[in-house]
Amino acid sequence: MLIRKPDDIKFAEVTDESLYFNRRTFIRGAVLAATTTATGLLYRALSSTSKQAPAEGDTANTIAGEYRALAPGDEQPTSFEDITNYNNFYEFSTDKRAVAAEARNFVTRPWTVSVEGLVHKPRVFDLDGLLKISPPEERIYRLRCVEGWSMVIPWLGFPLAQLLKQVEPQSQARYVKFVTLADPSQMPNLGSDLLDWPYVEGLRLDEAMHPLTILSHGLYGKPLLPQNGAPLRLVVPWKYGFKSIKSIITIRLVEDMPKTTWNAYAPHEYGFYSNVNPHVDHPRWSQATERRIGEFGRRDTLLFNGYAEQVAGLYSGMDLKVYF
Amino acid sequence: MKDTRFARFVLLVNGIVPLVLLGWDAYHHRLGANPLEFITHTTGTLTLVFLLLSLTVTPLRKLLGLPWLIRFRRMLGVYAFFYGSLHLLTYVWFDKSFKIGAVPEDILKRPFIAVGMLGFLLLLPLAITSTNGMVKRLGGKRWGRLHRAAYLAALLGVIHYWMLVKADTRLPMAFGGVVGALLGYRLVAALIRRSRRLAPAPERGESV
Repeated sequence: MLIRKPDDIKFAEVTDESLYFNRRTFIRGAVLAATTTATGLLYRALSSTSKQAPAEGDTANTIAGEYRALAPGDEQPTSFEDITNYNNFYEFSTDKRAVAAEARNFVTRPWTVSVEGLVHKPRVFDLDGLLKISPPEERIYRLRCVEGWSMVIPWLGFPLAQLLKQVEPQSQARYVKFVTLADPSQMPNLGSDLLDWPYVEGLRLDEAMHPLTILSHGLYGKPLLPQNGAPLRLVVPWKYGFKSIKSIITIRLVEDMPKTTWNAYAPHEYGFYSNVNPHVDHPRWSQATERRIGEFGRRDTLLFNGYAEQVAGLYSGMDLKVYF
Repeated sequence: MKDTRFARFVLLVNGIVPLVLLGWDAYHHRLGANPLEFITHTTGTLTLVFLLLSLTVTPLRKLLGLPWLIRFRRMLGVYAFFYGSLHLLTYVWFDKSFKIGAVPEDILKRPFIAVGMLGFLLLLPLAITSTNGMVKRLGGKRWGRLHRAAYLAALLGVIHYWMLVKADTRLPMAFGGVVGALLGYRLVAALIRRSRRLAPAPERGESV
């Protein structure tokens, strides 16, 4: 069969038709591309991952720590990246993933801490003077957030008792009240009335004097970053994380139980003690298990966050369901 | 009525975009320190977003006079169900490790789980009756009445969200405000319709 060369088809006719087809496809493709891009950008703008900035800051200098770790068994410390990018610090943001970026320029020097109230030798420490009280020790503690997640953090710090001994508490002193800095020029979320600022926390004096209770100024051998409570924070490993108050400016010894921020906000949900306890649920969620950051699935939460042997004696005879 | 086939295809593709990006971010470890929580929160938020979008269709088409917008409503609703199912899956998988036996206890213990579960159960019959065949079988009127449950599901979704937030309730409040406005519009519209039916027909030109 003879196949004729199709020179009878007019060239112009063919291109016209394909152009017509191409244009239709092109427009539809463009509409799809444009809308999906817009949806994608909208998703990116509204979902908080985009706000995450890797934390670096002033981590060059390291603190030589004396290794006196209370390592939690075979549990691995949480990564530096996770510890410094997932923070509850409502003065900066209520979005745990956004705190690092919001707190990036927080000024932590010069910094003074007033230790006052029912003490024989009240004193305003400047930070460097305060850090000289005791050599830094590394303490690897579990941190259990009341929200149901946890980390293992290698803190650097020294026992709060060392500081309290220096100011000599008077005999009437029964509680210690801690106050966080509230500086609206540096803390963007202070404008909101979410909580009653400044943030206040408190401990019973015997809890404050307990050897596990530390003032921390570093982690992973480096000075604290703002999102972790720089330059000085409390760490009470057997209590829910919010008790471990950040960026402290005042430590006041008092006679009566101080009014603490979360307790005042919702007294039936957050007790003054707030000891980690898998048997006492938060009214709205269970505290029996926790999600360890970096792990899949959930772990059982331990009584006193695994420090019962050391601290249970502080609460002997107390009904932990009443004094939660 | 307008030919909306291509427009619906565009909506279909766009609805999956958040899931694709979520998967992409998860694959590249860009969901932060608590990726499981992030996936759970994101799928939950998307459920509410699509549910509210589906409920916005009716007021929008009436206010703008664009009746063909109705053609998008069912797909938005089905997407709400789709993301709701993923949200439930993350809970059963990440939180319960597929120990389904632990779920009833959890529902009793954690009221916000109970509320969320109820909201999802309400969406279930709506998703099942979302096909053309089911609309025909039920008849438009009955179908419409059944699908009013979407408002209740949205309300339960907002309450579920609001209950689990620690202090910053701004977002759940915003979602609640939208549900309130949409529900308010429908109620007012229904009242006006009823008063028109009961009262003698208003004079021509009199505005209601």
